[in-house]
Amino acid sequence: MTGPDTKRYCAEDAGLLLIHPLDIMTLIYQRRSGMTHIVADPIPQILDAMGSETLSVAEIARRIIAAFDVDPGADIIALLSERLDELTALGLVEMSGAA
Amino acid sequence: MRHEFRVQVGPAAFRIGSDWRAPVDQMRALYAAYPKADYTDFTVRLEAASPLRRIIRPSVAIKGDYMLPDAAPLPLSQGLLAAEMGMNLQMALGWRRQLILHASAVERGGKALIMTGTSGSGKSTLSAMLGRTGWRFMGDEFALIDPVTGDAVPYPRLISLKNDAIAAMVHAAPDAIFGPLMRGTPKGDIRHMVPPPQAIADMDVRAKPALLLFPRYGYERAIREVGAGEVFMRLTQASTNYVALGEAGFAALTRFVRDVPARAIDYQSGEQARALVAQLWDELA
Repeated sequence: MTGPDTKRYCAEDAGLLLIHPLDIMTLIYQRRSGMTHIVADPIPQILDAMGSETLSVAEIARRIIAAFDVDPGADIIALLSERLDELTALGLVEMSGAA
Repeated sequence: MRHEFRVQVGPAAFRIGSDWRAPVDQMRALYAAYPKADYTDFTVRLEAASPLRRIIRPSVAIKGDYMLPDAAPLPLSQGLLAAEMGMNLQMALGWRRQLILHASAVERGGKALIMTGTSGSGKSTLSAMLGRTGWRFMGDEFALIDPVTGDAVPYPRLISLKNDAIAAMVHAAPDAIFGPLMRGTPKGDIRHMVPPPQAIADMDVRAKPALLLFPRYGYERAIREVGAGEVFMRLTQASTNYVALGEAGFAALTRFVRDVPARAIDYQSGEQARALVAQLWDELA
């Protein structure tokens, strides 16, 4: 079985990232790749909420909802899944559990 | 190589080799006040595009430690330009000791004004003008930012004047030393100008960056604030070695963006630009 329910995500070790907030964006320098990523909210908040644990989308969503005002009408699972897939493509998050 | 010339420009030591005497003689004359390098960071070679092209319609190919594979050869009359382009190329692609910004820089009171922009923005001419009116000229092409201290390191190569700026500077600085006028180069008309003597004498004296300007020539006078995110992105585009420096480049550039106030300025004359610089320097530096 594949799909969001089986996927689990782990953020890059915080010790391997240099995070530098600017005015409307945040710079993330990744030591392993030497790449600088320029990201907007809520990417830094998602990485912060994930900490160093391996989590499902639902678990990350619960942490985000607990920490921030989230529009009750928003499909946070779908939004988070999109962002997590983007972060996985960038190499800032590692995904496991999918076939 | 048949003819050779060595020179120190700021922290960089160059060895120029040439199949012809003329470009080397021109460099010797224009770089007469610069120290002779006793070691070599980069070698630039001006070679005949083919053996016959040393004599028949001489054509200069730019070779060196770092090369662009598809660089077109230049006629021998533009040999000095070929040497300067070769030196710029070595710095842009090979320099690792400081973060390179494609920018001009001048200094006053130990603090540096950095000006960056695309070709035609006027940053080079502006730095040359300011270098004659109370500022120390530090460089018209590359601002070098020390990754450890954040200091601007001078790189006062020959000032490369283009098109309308040539007549303007000959008029403004009749006592300065100019190279040959090279017409019809890939960048239009070009004439090199030797920086003021103080700029060469103090080429190892660093300065703290205190103001960053994005000048734009030809538009109605204006001053605009530039957000930190935009400054960072524009400076990564203006840097030739940001990626190569890795974490040191990231640290140097984020510190620069954090510490140095930035403005974009539009202007229509040198006088207007100097007034804008004076105003913003008083307010922000």
